[in-house]
Amino acid sequence: MGWLFDKDLWSEIFHTLGKNAFRTFLTMLGVIFAMIILVLLLGSANGMSNGFDKLFAGTASNSLFVWGQSTSEPYKGFERGRRIRYKIEDAEILKRQIPEIEVLAPRIELGSHRDIVTVYRKGQTSGSAVYGDFPEIDNITKKKLVEGRFLNNNDIENSKKVCVIGEETYKLLFDKGEDAIGEEIRINGVFFAVVGIYKPNNNINIDGENAVFIPFTTFQKAFNSGDRMGWMAIAVEPSTKVAVVEKDIKTILKNKYDIHPDDERAIGSFDMSEIFNNISAFTNVLKGFSFFVGIFTLLAGVIAISNILLITVKERTKEIGVRRALGATPVIVKRQIVVEAIVLTAFAGLVGFAISVGILSILNNLWGSGDDFPFVNPMISIPQFGISFLLMVSLSVLIGLLPANKAVKVKPIEALREE
Amino acid sequence: MIEIKDLHKSYKMGSNSLHVLKGINFTVKAGELVAIMGSSGSGKSTLLNIIGILDGADSGDYTLDGVPIEDLTETKAAQYRNKFLGFVFQSFNLINYKTALENVALPLYYQKVGRKERQKKALNYLEKVGLKEWATHLPSELSGGQKQRVAIARAMAAEPKVLLADEPTGALDSKTSYEVMALIQQINDEGNTILVVTHEEDIAHMCKRIVHLKDGVIVEDKKVEQVRAEQYV
Repeated sequence: MGWLFDKDLWSEIFHTLGKNAFRTFLTMLGVIFAMIILVLLLGSANGMSNGFDKLFAGTASNSLFVWGQSTSEPYKGFERGRRIRYKIEDAEILKRQIPEIEVLAPRIELGSHRDIVTVYRKGQTSGSAVYGDFPEIDNITKKKLVEGRFLNNNDIENSKKVCVIGEETYKLLFDKGEDAIGEEIRINGVFFAVVGIYKPNNNINIDGENAVFIPFTTFQKAFNSGDRMGWMAIAVEPSTKVAVVEKDIKTILKNKYDIHPDDERAIGSFDMSEIFNNISAFTNVLKGFSFFVGIFTLLAGVIAISNILLITVKERTKEIGVRRALGATPVIVKRQIVVEAIVLTAFAGLVGFAISVGILSILNNLWGSGDDFPFVNPMISIPQFGISFLLMVSLSVLIGLLPANKAVKVKPIEALREE
Repeated sequence: MIEIKDLHKSYKMGSNSLHVLKGINFTVKAGELVAIMGSSGSGKSTLLNIIGILDGADSGDYTLDGVPIEDLTETKAAQYRNKFLGFVFQSFNLINYKTALENVALPLYYQKVGRKERQKKALNYLEKVGLKEWATHLPSELSGGQKQRVAIARAMAAEPKVLLADEPTGALDSKTSYEVMALIQQINDEGNTILVVTHEEDIAHMCKRIVHLKDGVIVEDKKVEQVRAEQYV
């Protein structure tokens, strides 16, 4: 392998390639385009994946929601169809018994599930969902606040009559451009001061766009809900499967509320991680597919190099004959052509890479904010680039051998024969 | 220097074979300047190719500088060519994208001579053929005679035992031909062994010995009074 560091070999090769710049350029085009396609495909797939990540950035992926429904099996003397209503103490029980739970945010709704309550303000009204919440809910479904703040612990401790309203609610209750912070709105005869306005995440929207959030403790007092709890949003520690915790929770709750162990309907739940798994499966397939397509394009590009080298070897028959008459051994001739193939491929690969990275950064500047559609920071990772580059170069060695063998097959005497 | 005994060579042309060399016996001593003459098809180029280890014989012995040349691998053949032989071709065969200097330095590269040494030697030989000022020019910028002189410099750069010239003046006008022959004579004067294949009588008479080939056999082998080429230049 000493030849790798033979300065003369390299200068001979760069000389040959450099003196035939146009031919060299044409030879490289295929690989340049192939590399551009590969990097653009992979980069876009990555950008899409990043875009989805950003889209759901506000929602804890390893989370679930649990609510009460009606029993479907009679059990321990209870008839079927019994409505399950949780108590606030359940939150503590679950947190204590299942250490894998990271965050548990209880919630209560005014009215039954998905009910709408009329909210008043100075003659304007809005039909909104009204929730009693703990600040922890923000760790599971992040609210994008456009103004003010979200509920905090102080609100809970002092049962403050404050609320955070949705942008849609704001539009219905306030005039355009009107300052809502500090203004009061009326729900079921009770006044609440607006402390924040949130913008709906254009992703998984659990709460709806028209909703009013008030502190859980305030809700209890204002609407006399006692120790009732509507549902729970639960974040599970990342290393644990949501489904496992889901099962534990159901077992505990079924036990507590005398639900038949086989009753599938009594406890409603929704595993958020499933959605995320589906999305990441989708983006992974997309990435895999682009890699596959890209690698085959690259293969085609490298074959094109081999093809052109085959043609140029034919063109250079005489030159190679002269070199051999002057003492170039077959190994030297072969090595030169193979190394030419490698240098061409590697250089073309790098040029294509540079161009496509440029294109990607332009795309990123145009649409990379991820607001309009999921496309954030489209770029290929270093391992992805490394693998493609390595694959490309090893292919070029194999494929360079083809013209190289052809070059030494011609006897110098035939190469030198006068036309 | 060159000893050839009972050399035979035939080429297969489809179903029939063409017997080109029919038993050649031929010896060249060091320092000789030999012209090999013959009409086309006489086998003179084939003989030169075999002497140049560009082609192999079917039977017979060939010894070059005491080394028997037989059953060589391509690699060995290339090494022998590089070590023992210098080639000058009718159509010059310079590498067209290399400068005169780079062309001359090429056999030294294959001898693994270092870059600096190579450049120095190559420039030396270019000076010898009177083309030092043309060192950085491409072959396309040189006249036919200059190209052939670069080719001769290239052939001599490797310091071969034998210089083989295949119709070195075939593509040149007579004035340039004599210039090239003057150069070949000068190199021969310095003690180098040279074989020149030609079909031109005047060129042949500028050598010291003329070997006539006809239908694959040597029909005449005579010493001649050398005509110096300088007087025509």
